Amino acid sequence: MRDVAVIGIGITKFGELWWQNLRELYVEAALKAIKDAGVDHLDSMYVGCMTSGLFCAQEHLGSLMADYLGQKHLPAYRIESACASGGLAFRLGYIEVASGMSDIVLVGGVEKMLTGADATFALASAADQEYEAFHGNTFPGLYAMIAKAHMTKYGTTREQMAAVAVKSHDNGSKNPNAQFPLKISKEMVLNATPVADPLGLFDCSPVSDGAAAVILCPVELAKKYTDTIIKVIGSGAATSTIALHQRDDITFLDAVYQAGKRAYEVAGLKPEDIDFAEVHDCFTIAEICCIEALGFCEVGQGGPFSEAGNTALDGKVPINTSGGLKSKGHPVGATGVAQIVELVEQLRGSAGERQVKNAKRGLAQNMGGSGGSSVVHILEVQ
Amino acid sequence: MIVPRHYKEMPQRYRLQGNRCKACGKVFLPPRLVCPCGSEDLEDYSLSWKGKILSYTIIRTPPTQFKYQKPYAVAIVELEGGGTVQCQVTDTSLEEVEIGKEVEIVFRKIFSEGEAGIHCYGYKCRVV
Ligand SMILES: [Zn+2]
Repeated sequence: MRDVAVIGIGITKFGELWWQNLRELYVEAALKAIKDAGVDHLDSMYVGCMTSGLFCAQEHLGSLMADYLGQKHLPAYRIESACASGGLAFRLGYIEVASGMSDIVLVGGVEKMLTGADATFALASAADQEYEAFHGNTFPGLYAMIAKAHMTKYGTTREQMAAVAVKSHDNGSKNPNAQFPLKISKEMVLNATPVADPLGLFDCSPVSDGAAAVILCPVELAKKYTDTIIKVIGSGAATSTIALHQRDDITFLDAVYQAGKRAYEVAGLKPEDIDFAEVHDCFTIAEICCIEALGFCEVGQGGPFSEAGNTALDGKVPINTSGGLKSKGHPVGATGVAQIVELVEQLRGSAGERQVKNAKRGLAQNMGGSGGSSVVHILEVQ
Repeated sequence: MIVPRHYKEMPQRYRLQGNRCKACGKVFLPPRLVCPCGSEDLEDYSLSWKGKILSYTIIRTPPTQFKYQKPYAVAIVELEGGGTVQCQVTDTSLEEVEIGKEVEIVFRKIFSEGEAGIHCYGYKCRVV
Protein backbone atom coordinates (compact mmCIF):
# COMPACT_ATOMS: atom_id res chain seq x y z
CA MET A 1 0.00 0.00 0.00
CA ARG A 2 1.26 3.47 -0.92
CA ASP A 3 0.88 6.56 1.24
CA VAL A 4 -1.84 8.87 -0.12
CA ALA A 5 -2.14 12.68 -0.01
CA VAL A 6 -4.97 15.12 -0.66
CA ILE A 7 -3.56 17.75 -3.05
CA GLY A 8 -6.64 19.65 -4.17
CA ILE A 9 -10.01 20.74 -2.82
CA GLY A 10 -13.10 22.39 -4.26
CA ILE A 11 -16.52 23.22 -2.87
CA THR A 12 -19.62 25.12 -3.97
CA LYS A 13 -21.77 27.33 -1.81
CA PHE A 14 -24.27 25.14 0.08
CA GLY A 15 -27.91 26.17 0.16
CA GLU A 16 -30.97 26.73 -2.01
CA LEU A 17 -29.20 26.96 -5.35
CA TRP A 18 -32.23 27.17 -7.66
CA TRP A 19 -30.12 28.42 -10.58
CA GLN A 20 -27.74 25.42 -10.62
CA ASN A 21 -28.62 21.85 -11.61
CA LEU A 22 -27.03 18.58 -10.52
CA ARG A 23 -24.28 18.44 -13.15
CA GLU A 24 -23.38 22.14 -12.85
CA LEU A 25 -22.92 21.82 -9.10
CA TYR A 26 -20.69 18.80 -9.49
CA VAL A 27 -18.56 20.26 -12.28
CA GLU A 28 -18.07 23.55 -10.39
CA ALA A 29 -16.63 21.74 -7.36
CA ALA A 30 -14.58 19.31 -9.48
CA LEU A 31 -13.00 22.07 -11.61
CA LYS A 32 -12.07 24.01 -8.48
CA ALA A 33 -10.36 20.90 -7.05
CA ILE A 34 -8.48 20.21 -10.31
CA LYS A 35 -7.26 23.82 -10.47
CA ASP A 36 -6.38 23.87 -6.78
CA ALA A 37 -4.25 20.73 -7.22
CA GLY A 38 -2.74 21.87 -10.51
CA VAL A 39 -3.07 18.43 -12.14
CA ASP A 40 -3.34 18.14 -15.93
CA HIS A 41 -5.21 14.84 -16.10
CA LEU A 42 -7.22 12.33 -14.03
CA ASP A 43 -6.89 8.53 -13.91
CA SER A 44 -10.31 7.83 -12.44
CA MET A 45 -13.21 9.39 -10.55
CA TYR A 46 -15.64 8.49 -7.77
CA VAL A 47 -18.98 10.28 -7.48
CA GLY A 48 -20.72 10.10 -4.10
CA CYS A 49 -24.46 10.71 -4.36
CA MET A 50 -27.34 9.34 -2.32
CA THR A 51 -30.46 9.59 -4.40
CA SER A 52 -30.30 11.69 -7.54
CA GLY A 53 -32.85 9.18 -8.85
CA LEU A 54 -35.54 10.32 -6.41
CA PHE A 55 -34.59 14.01 -6.38
CA CYS A 56 -33.78 14.54 -10.08
CA ALA A 57 -34.85 11.27 -11.82
CA GLN A 58 -31.22 10.99 -12.88
CA GLU A 59 -28.91 7.99 -12.36
CA HIS A 60 -25.79 6.91 -14.27
CA LEU A 61 -23.84 9.71 -12.64
CA GLY A 62 -20.32 8.40 -13.28
CA SER A 63 -20.65 8.88 -17.03
CA LEU A 64 -22.73 12.06 -16.83
CA MET A 65 -20.25 13.83 -14.57
CA ALA A 66 -17.15 12.61 -16.43
CA ASP A 67 -18.63 13.84 -19.71
CA TYR A 68 -19.62 17.28 -18.40
CA LEU A 69 -16.23 17.61 -16.69
CA GLY A 70 -14.64 17.28 -20.12
CA GLN A 71 -13.29 13.84 -19.19
CA LYS A 72 -15.12 11.53 -21.63
CA HIS A 73 -13.72 7.93 -21.45
CA LEU A 74 -12.52 8.39 -17.84
CA PRO A 75 -13.39 5.39 -15.63
CA ALA A 76 -15.96 6.81 -13.18
CA TYR A 77 -17.94 5.18 -10.40
CA ARG A 78 -21.06 6.33 -8.57
CA ILE A 79 -20.98 5.36 -4.88
CA GLU A 80 -24.06 5.19 -2.64
CA SER A 81 -24.28 4.64 1.10
CA ALA A 82 -27.13 7.05 1.92
CA CYS A 83 -25.75 10.19 3.65
CA ALA A 84 -22.32 8.47 3.91
CA SER A 85 -22.00 8.27 0.10
CA GLY A 86 -19.35 11.03 -0.04
CA GLY A 87 -17.22 9.55 2.74
CA LEU A 88 -17.40 6.11 1.19
CA ALA A 89 -16.46 7.51 -2.23
CA PHE A 90 -13.41 9.11 -0.58
CA ARG A 91 -12.43 5.78 0.97
CA LEU A 92 -12.65 4.00 -2.39
CA GLY A 93 -10.61 6.70 -4.14
CA TYR A 94 -8.04 6.39 -1.34
CA ILE A 95 -7.91 2.61 -1.77
CA GLU A 96 -7.44 2.93 -5.55
CA VAL A 97 -4.46 5.28 -5.14
CA ALA A 98 -3.00 3.32 -2.20
CA SER A 99 -3.23 0.08 -4.18
CA GLY A 100 -1.11 1.46 -7.01
CA MET A 101 -3.93 1.06 -9.55
CA SER A 102 -4.14 4.81 -10.26
CA ASP A 103 -2.09 7.92 -9.49
CA ILE A 104 -4.50 10.84 -9.74
CA VAL A 105 -8.09 10.28 -8.61
CA LEU A 106 -10.88 12.80 -8.20
CA VAL A 107 -13.47 12.13 -5.50
CA GLY A 108 -16.58 14.26 -5.68
CA GLY A 109 -19.88 14.33 -3.83
CA VAL A 110 -23.10 16.00 -4.92
CA GLU A 111 -26.77 16.28 -4.05
CA LYS A 112 -29.48 18.40 -5.62
CA MET A 113 -32.31 18.23 -3.06
CA LEU A 114 -34.37 21.34 -3.83
CA THR A 115 -36.09 20.12 -6.96
CA GLY A 116 -39.72 20.03 -5.89
CA ALA A 117 -39.46 16.35 -4.92
CA ASP A 118 -40.68 15.30 -1.43
CA ALA A 119 -37.38 15.41 0.50
CA THR A 120 -38.81 13.61 3.53
CA PHE A 121 -39.90 10.71 1.30
CA ALA A 122 -36.62 10.59 -0.64
CA LEU A 123 -34.50 10.62 2.52
CA ALA A 124 -36.65 7.91 4.11
CA SER A 125 -35.31 5.54 1.45
CA ALA A 126 -32.16 5.36 3.62
CA ALA A 127 -34.28 3.77 6.36
CA ASP A 128 -35.81 0.28 6.21
CA GLN A 129 -38.50 1.05 3.64
CA GLU A 130 -40.86 -1.83 4.55
CA TYR A 131 -40.51 -1.72 8.36
CA GLU A 132 -39.79 1.91 9.26
CA ALA A 133 -40.86 4.26 6.45
CA PHE A 134 -44.02 2.17 5.80
CA HIS A 135 -45.24 3.09 9.29
CA GLY A 136 -44.84 6.82 8.71
CA ASN A 137 -41.52 7.31 10.45
CA THR A 138 -39.06 9.87 9.07
CA PHE A 139 -35.38 10.69 9.62
CA PRO A 140 -36.12 13.34 12.22
CA GLY A 141 -38.42 10.72 13.80
CA LEU A 142 -35.70 8.07 13.97
CA TYR A 143 -33.19 10.45 15.55
CA ALA A 144 -35.93 11.70 17.87
CA MET A 145 -36.36 8.13 19.13
CA ILE A 146 -32.59 7.96 19.71
CA ALA A 147 -32.84 11.27 21.59
CA LYS A 148 -35.76 10.09 23.79
CA ALA A 149 -33.86 6.93 24.69
CA HIS A 150 -30.62 8.88 25.35
CA MET A 151 -32.48 11.34 27.58
CA THR A 152 -34.08 8.49 29.53
CA LYS A 153 -30.90 6.42 29.87
CA TYR A 154 -28.32 9.16 30.52
CA GLY A 155 -30.31 12.22 31.57
CA THR A 156 -29.36 14.17 28.44
CA THR A 157 -31.37 17.41 28.20
CA ARG A 158 -32.85 19.50 25.39
CA GLU A 159 -30.64 22.38 26.59
CA GLN A 160 -27.53 20.23 26.02
CA MET A 161 -28.72 19.39 22.51
CA ALA A 162 -29.41 23.08 21.90
CA ALA A 163 -25.82 23.90 22.94
CA VAL A 164 -24.62 21.74 20.03
CA ALA A 165 -26.67 23.76 17.52
CA VAL A 166 -25.57 27.11 19.00
CA LYS A 167 -21.89 26.08 18.80
CA SER A 168 -22.21 24.84 15.20
CA HIS A 169 -23.88 28.07 14.08
CA ASP A 170 -21.12 30.09 15.80
CA ASN A 171 -18.61 28.23 13.61
CA GLY A 172 -20.81 28.37 10.51
CA SER A 173 -21.12 32.15 10.85
CA LYS A 174 -17.40 32.22 9.95
CA ASN A 175 -17.83 30.02 6.85
CA PRO A 176 -18.69 31.90 3.63
CA ASN A 177 -19.94 28.68 1.97
CA ALA A 178 -22.42 27.89 4.76
CA GLN A 179 -26.14 27.74 3.97
CA PHE A 180 -27.09 29.40 7.28
CA PRO A 181 -24.07 31.45 8.40
CA LEU A 182 -26.08 32.94 11.28
CA LYS A 183 -25.56 32.87 15.01
CA ILE A 184 -28.51 31.49 16.95
CA SER A 185 -29.45 31.45 20.64
CA LYS A 186 -30.36 28.54 22.89
CA GLU A 187 -33.86 30.01 23.23
CA MET A 188 -34.32 29.94 19.46
CA VAL A 189 -33.48 26.22 19.41
CA LEU A 190 -35.74 25.40 22.37
CA ASN A 191 -38.72 27.40 21.05
CA ALA A 192 -38.46 26.35 17.39
CA THR A 193 -41.29 24.63 15.52
CA PRO A 194 -41.47 20.99 16.70
CA VAL A 195 -40.59 18.47 13.95
CA ALA A 196 -40.49 15.14 15.78
CA ASP A 197 -40.55 15.32 19.58
CA PRO A 198 -38.15 16.11 21.24
CA LEU A 199 -36.48 17.58 18.13
CA GLY A 200 -37.43 20.99 16.78
CA LEU A 201 -36.49 22.70 13.54
CA PHE A 202 -33.18 23.99 14.93
CA ASP A 203 -32.13 20.49 16.01
CA CYS A 204 -32.24 19.42 12.35
CA SER A 205 -29.80 19.98 9.50
CA PRO A 206 -31.38 21.67 6.47
CA VAL A 207 -32.28 20.38 3.01
CA SER A 208 -29.50 21.66 0.73
CA ASP A 209 -27.98 21.72 -2.73
CA GLY A 210 -24.21 21.54 -3.06
CA ALA A 211 -21.12 19.69 -4.18
CA ALA A 212 -17.54 19.15 -3.01
CA ALA A 213 -14.49 17.51 -4.56
CA VAL A 214 -10.92 16.54 -3.71
CA ILE A 215 -7.91 15.23 -5.64
CA LEU A 216 -5.89 12.30 -4.30
CA CYS A 217 -2.43 11.10 -5.36
CA PRO A 218 0.49 9.16 -3.86
CA VAL A 219 2.55 11.16 -1.32
CA GLU A 220 5.65 10.74 -3.49
CA LEU A 221 3.91 12.39 -6.43
CA ALA A 222 2.27 15.05 -4.22
CA LYS A 223 5.66 16.71 -3.66
CA LYS A 224 5.55 17.73 -7.33
CA TYR A 225 2.35 19.75 -6.73
CA THR A 226 2.66 21.18 -3.22
CA ASP A 227 4.96 21.77 -0.25
CA THR A 228 2.14 21.18 2.25
CA ILE A 229 1.67 17.42 2.25
CA ILE A 230 -1.66 16.38 3.79
CA LYS A 231 -1.62 12.65 4.20
CA VAL A 232 -4.48 10.22 4.81
CA ILE A 233 -3.20 8.34 7.86
CA GLY A 234 -6.33 6.42 8.83
CA SER A 235 -9.42 5.05 7.10
CA GLY A 236 -12.23 2.89 8.43
CA ALA A 237 -15.73 1.94 7.32
CA ALA A 238 -18.44 -0.17 8.94
CA THR A 239 -22.10 -1.12 8.58
CA SER A 240 -24.86 -1.92 11.05
CA THR A 241 -28.52 -2.90 10.76
CA ILE A 242 -30.39 -0.04 9.07
CA ALA A 243 -33.64 -0.60 11.01
CA LEU A 244 -33.25 1.26 14.29
CA HIS A 245 -35.53 -1.12 16.22
CA GLN A 246 -33.25 -4.06 15.43
CA ARG A 247 -30.23 -2.58 17.22
CA ASP A 248 -29.33 -3.88 20.68
CA ASP A 249 -28.92 -0.33 22.05
CA ILE A 250 -30.36 2.50 19.97
CA THR A 251 -28.39 5.13 21.95
CA PHE A 252 -25.02 3.75 20.78
CA LEU A 253 -23.98 4.17 17.14
CA ASP A 254 -22.07 0.90 16.72
CA ALA A 255 -21.14 1.46 13.04
CA VAL A 256 -19.52 4.79 14.02
CA TYR A 257 -17.63 3.07 16.83
CA GLN A 258 -16.42 0.30 14.50
CA ALA A 259 -15.39 2.64 11.68
CA GLY A 260 -13.57 4.88 14.19
CA LYS A 261 -11.83 1.93 15.85
CA ARG A 262 -10.49 0.76 12.47
CA ALA A 263 -9.31 4.24 11.47
CA TYR A 264 -7.56 4.74 14.84
CA GLU A 265 -5.88 1.33 14.47
CA VAL A 266 -4.59 2.10 10.95
CA ALA A 267 -3.26 5.47 12.16
CA GLY A 268 -1.89 4.04 15.41
CA LEU A 269 -3.69 6.81 17.29
CA LYS A 270 -6.16 7.30 20.14
CA PRO A 271 -9.05 9.79 20.30
CA GLU A 272 -6.96 12.17 22.46
CA ASP A 273 -4.41 12.46 19.62
CA ILE A 274 -6.98 14.17 17.37
CA ASP A 275 -6.81 18.00 17.27
CA PHE A 276 -10.26 18.64 15.72
CA ALA A 277 -13.04 16.75 13.94
CA GLU A 278 -15.91 17.04 11.51
CA VAL A 279 -18.67 14.67 12.64
CA HIS A 280 -22.03 13.81 11.10
CA ASP A 281 -24.42 16.15 12.97
CA CYS A 282 -27.52 15.61 10.83
CA PHE A 283 -29.36 16.25 14.13
CA THR A 284 -28.05 17.70 17.41
CA ILE A 285 -28.44 14.31 19.11
CA ALA A 286 -26.39 12.73 16.30
CA GLU A 287 -23.38 14.90 17.14
CA ILE A 288 -23.70 13.89 20.80
CA CYS A 289 -23.86 10.17 19.93
CA CYS A 290 -21.02 10.46 17.36
CA ILE A 291 -18.53 12.12 19.72
CA GLU A 292 -19.33 9.38 22.25
CA ALA A 293 -18.82 6.56 19.72
CA LEU A 294 -15.57 8.16 18.52
CA GLY A 295 -14.22 8.29 22.07
CA PHE A 296 -13.94 12.08 22.43
CA CYS A 297 -15.92 11.75 25.68
CA GLU A 298 -17.39 8.93 27.76
CA VAL A 299 -20.47 7.11 26.49
CA GLY A 300 -23.53 8.93 27.83
CA GLN A 301 -21.59 12.15 28.53
CA GLY A 302 -21.85 13.77 25.09
CA GLY A 303 -24.52 16.21 26.31
CA PRO A 304 -22.70 17.69 29.34
CA PHE A 305 -19.38 17.52 27.43
CA SER A 306 -20.83 19.70 24.66
CA GLU A 307 -22.64 22.09 26.99
CA ALA A 308 -19.38 22.72 28.90
CA GLY A 309 -17.77 24.13 25.74
CA ASN A 310 -15.32 21.28 25.06
CA THR A 311 -16.36 21.10 21.40
CA ALA A 312 -16.13 24.85 20.67
CA LEU A 313 -13.43 26.34 18.39
CA ASP A 314 -11.24 27.05 21.43
CA GLY A 315 -12.35 23.93 23.33
CA LYS A 316 -10.61 20.65 24.13
CA VAL A 317 -11.57 19.10 20.78
CA PRO A 318 -13.23 21.51 18.32
CA ILE A 319 -16.09 19.72 16.56
CA ASN A 320 -17.57 20.83 13.23
CA THR A 321 -15.45 23.92 12.69
CA SER A 322 -17.13 24.30 9.29
CA GLY A 323 -20.51 24.80 10.96
CA GLY A 324 -21.30 21.12 10.48
CA LEU A 325 -24.28 19.78 8.61
CA LYS A 326 -26.44 21.96 10.84
CA SER A 327 -25.18 25.40 9.76
CA LYS A 328 -23.07 24.70 6.67
CA GLY A 329 -25.86 22.62 5.12
CA HIS A 330 -26.32 18.94 4.25
CA PRO A 331 -26.50 18.09 0.54
CA VAL A 332 -26.34 14.45 1.57
CA GLY A 333 -24.03 12.98 -1.11
CA ALA A 334 -21.65 15.95 -0.88
CA THR A 335 -21.35 15.99 2.92
CA GLY A 336 -18.63 13.35 3.37
CA VAL A 337 -16.38 15.02 0.79
CA ALA A 338 -17.10 18.49 2.22
CA GLN A 339 -15.86 17.22 5.60
CA ILE A 340 -12.52 16.31 3.97
CA VAL A 341 -12.40 19.79 2.36
CA GLU A 342 -12.74 21.36 5.83
CA LEU A 343 -10.01 19.11 7.26
CA VAL A 344 -7.65 20.20 4.47
CA GLU A 345 -8.50 23.91 4.98
CA GLN A 346 -7.70 23.57 8.69
CA LEU A 347 -4.50 21.56 8.10
CA ARG A 348 -3.29 24.08 5.50
CA GLY A 349 -3.99 26.86 7.99
CA SER A 350 -6.32 28.54 5.51
CA ALA A 351 -9.59 28.33 7.48
CA GLY A 352 -9.65 32.07 8.19
CA GLU A 353 -11.70 33.21 11.17
CA ARG A 354 -12.56 29.64 12.11
CA GLN A 355 -8.96 28.39 12.09
CA VAL A 356 -8.11 25.95 14.90
CA LYS A 357 -4.73 26.77 16.51
CA ASN A 358 -2.00 24.18 15.89
CA ALA A 359 -4.24 21.93 13.80
CA LYS A 360 -2.04 18.97 12.85
CA ARG A 361 -4.46 16.05 12.81
CA GLY A 362 -8.12 16.06 11.92
CA LEU A 363 -10.80 13.37 11.82
CA ALA A 364 -13.83 13.23 9.51
CA GLN A 365 -16.80 10.97 10.32
CA ASN A 366 -19.63 10.52 7.83
CA MET A 367 -22.76 8.47 8.54
CA GLY A 368 -25.58 6.88 6.55
CA GLY A 369 -29.20 6.71 7.66
CA SER A 370 -29.77 6.42 11.41
CA GLY A 371 -26.27 4.94 11.74
CA GLY A 372 -26.57 1.96 9.38
CA SER A 373 -23.20 2.87 7.85
CA SER A 374 -20.28 5.06 8.78
CA VAL A 375 -16.91 6.06 7.34
CA VAL A 376 -14.03 7.65 9.31
CA HIS A 377 -10.84 9.23 7.97
CA ILE A 378 -7.88 10.78 9.76
CA LEU A 379 -5.68 13.31 7.94
CA GLU A 380 -2.36 14.74 9.10
CA VAL A 381 -0.22 17.59 7.81
CA GLN A 382 3.38 16.41 7.39
CA MET B 1 -46.00 0.87 -7.49
CA ILE B 2 -46.17 -0.12 -3.83
CA VAL B 3 -48.98 -2.69 -4.33
CA PRO B 4 -46.88 -5.75 -5.31
CA ARG B 5 -44.35 -4.75 -2.66
CA HIS B 6 -47.05 -4.53 -0.01
CA TYR B 7 -48.63 -7.84 -1.11
CA LYS B 8 -45.34 -9.66 -0.55
CA GLU B 9 -45.13 -8.38 3.05
CA MET B 10 -48.72 -9.31 4.05
CA PRO B 11 -47.84 -12.31 6.27
CA GLN B 12 -45.54 -10.06 8.32
CA ARG B 13 -47.94 -7.11 8.38
CA TYR B 14 -51.20 -9.02 8.98
CA ARG B 15 -50.03 -11.81 11.31
CA LEU B 16 -46.60 -10.71 12.64
CA GLN B 17 -45.22 -13.78 10.87
CA GLY B 18 -41.47 -13.85 11.51
CA ASN B 19 -38.99 -16.50 12.51
CA ARG B 20 -36.72 -17.57 15.37
CA CYS B 21 -33.15 -18.87 15.42
CA LYS B 22 -33.06 -22.40 16.82
CA ALA B 23 -29.42 -21.95 17.87
CA CYS B 24 -29.61 -18.71 19.88
CA GLY B 25 -33.35 -18.03 20.22
CA LYS B 26 -33.32 -14.60 18.61
CA VAL B 27 -36.64 -13.56 16.99
CA PHE B 28 -36.89 -11.70 13.67
CA LEU B 29 -39.57 -9.71 11.88
CA PRO B 30 -39.25 -9.85 8.91
CA PRO B 31 -37.90 -13.42 8.83
CA ARG B 32 -34.21 -13.83 8.01
CA LEU B 33 -32.42 -16.60 6.12
CA VAL B 34 -29.37 -16.37 8.36
CA CYS B 35 -29.02 -15.28 12.00
CA PRO B 36 -26.26 -12.86 13.04
CA CYS B 37 -25.00 -15.74 15.25
CA GLY B 38 -24.17 -17.62 12.03
CA SER B 39 -26.91 -20.24 12.20
CA GLU B 40 -29.09 -20.94 9.14
CA ASP B 41 -31.43 -23.11 11.22
CA LEU B 42 -34.48 -20.87 11.77
CA GLU B 43 -38.12 -21.83 12.40
CA ASP B 44 -41.37 -19.98 11.65
CA TYR B 45 -42.52 -17.92 14.62
CA SER B 46 -45.51 -15.65 15.11
CA LEU B 47 -44.56 -12.73 17.31
CA SER B 48 -46.61 -11.82 20.39
CA TRP B 49 -49.28 -9.11 20.15
CA LYS B 50 -48.25 -7.73 23.57
CA GLY B 51 -45.20 -5.65 24.44
CA LYS B 52 -43.84 -2.40 25.84
CA ILE B 53 -42.51 0.87 24.43
CA LEU B 54 -38.69 1.12 24.25
CA SER B 55 -38.66 4.58 22.65
CA TYR B 56 -41.00 6.82 20.68
CA THR B 57 -41.48 10.13 18.92
CA ILE B 58 -44.36 12.30 17.80
CA ILE B 59 -44.18 13.02 14.08
CA ARG B 60 -45.29 16.59 13.32
CA THR B 61 -43.73 16.88 9.83
CA PRO B 62 -44.80 13.70 8.02
CA PRO B 63 -44.13 12.41 4.50
CA THR B 64 -46.87 13.39 2.00
CA GLN B 65 -48.80 10.14 2.23
CA PHE B 66 -49.23 10.54 6.02
CA LYS B 67 -50.10 14.25 5.95
CA TYR B 68 -53.73 13.78 7.01
CA GLN B 69 -52.70 11.78 10.08
CA LYS B 70 -50.41 14.30 11.77
CA PRO B 71 -49.52 14.56 14.56
CA TYR B 72 -49.04 10.87 15.31
CA ALA B 73 -46.77 8.83 17.58
CA VAL B 74 -44.36 6.17 16.30
CA ALA B 75 -42.79 3.76 18.79
CA ILE B 76 -40.25 0.97 19.01
CA VAL B 77 -42.08 -1.89 20.75
CA GLU B 78 -40.35 -4.84 22.38
CA LEU B 79 -42.68 -7.81 22.16
CA GLU B 80 -43.17 -10.47 24.84
CA GLY B 81 -41.29 -13.61 23.86
CA GLY B 82 -38.82 -11.75 21.64
CA GLY B 83 -38.61 -9.45 18.65
CA THR B 84 -39.06 -5.72 18.21
CA VAL B 85 -41.22 -3.74 15.78
CA GLN B 86 -41.61 -0.10 14.86
CA CYS B 87 -45.19 1.10 14.43
CA GLN B 88 -47.64 3.90 15.07
CA VAL B 89 -49.38 4.26 18.44
CA THR B 90 -53.14 4.49 17.90
CA ASP B 91 -56.28 4.84 20.08
CA THR B 92 -54.07 6.65 22.63
CA SER B 93 -53.71 10.34 23.45
CA LEU B 94 -50.22 11.65 22.63
CA GLU B 95 -49.69 12.58 26.31
CA GLU B 96 -50.13 8.93 27.32
CA VAL B 97 -47.29 7.68 25.14
CA GLU B 98 -44.22 7.05 27.32
CA ILE B 99 -41.17 4.81 27.42
CA GLY B 100 -41.97 1.64 29.38
CA LYS B 101 -45.76 1.74 28.78
CA GLU B 102 -47.43 -1.63 28.06
CA VAL B 103 -49.05 -1.87 24.64
CA GLU B 104 -51.00 -4.34 22.52
CA ILE B 105 -50.67 -4.74 18.77
CA VAL B 106 -53.82 -4.02 16.73
CA PHE B 107 -54.65 -4.40 13.02
CA ARG B 108 -55.22 -1.07 11.24
CA LYS B 109 -55.08 0.75 7.94
CA ILE B 110 -51.64 2.39 7.71
CA PHE B 111 -52.16 4.71 4.70
CA SER B 112 -53.68 4.88 1.24
CA GLU B 113 -51.13 4.62 -1.52
CA GLY B 114 -50.65 7.67 -3.76
CA GLU B 115 -52.52 7.94 -7.05
CA ALA B 116 -54.14 4.49 -7.02
CA GLY B 117 -55.47 5.06 -3.49
CA ILE B 118 -54.96 1.40 -2.53
CA HIS B 119 -55.37 0.88 1.22
CA CYS B 120 -52.29 -0.61 2.88
CA TYR B 121 -53.00 -2.41 6.16
CA GLY B 122 -50.72 -3.58 8.92
CA TYR B 123 -50.00 -3.36 12.64
CA LYS B 124 -50.15 -0.45 15.03
CA CYS B 125 -50.06 -0.56 18.83
CA ARG B 126 -52.12 1.02 21.59
CA VAL B 127 -51.39 1.68 25.23
CA VAL B 128 -53.33 -0.72 27.49
ZN1 LIG C 1 -28.91 -17.20 16.18
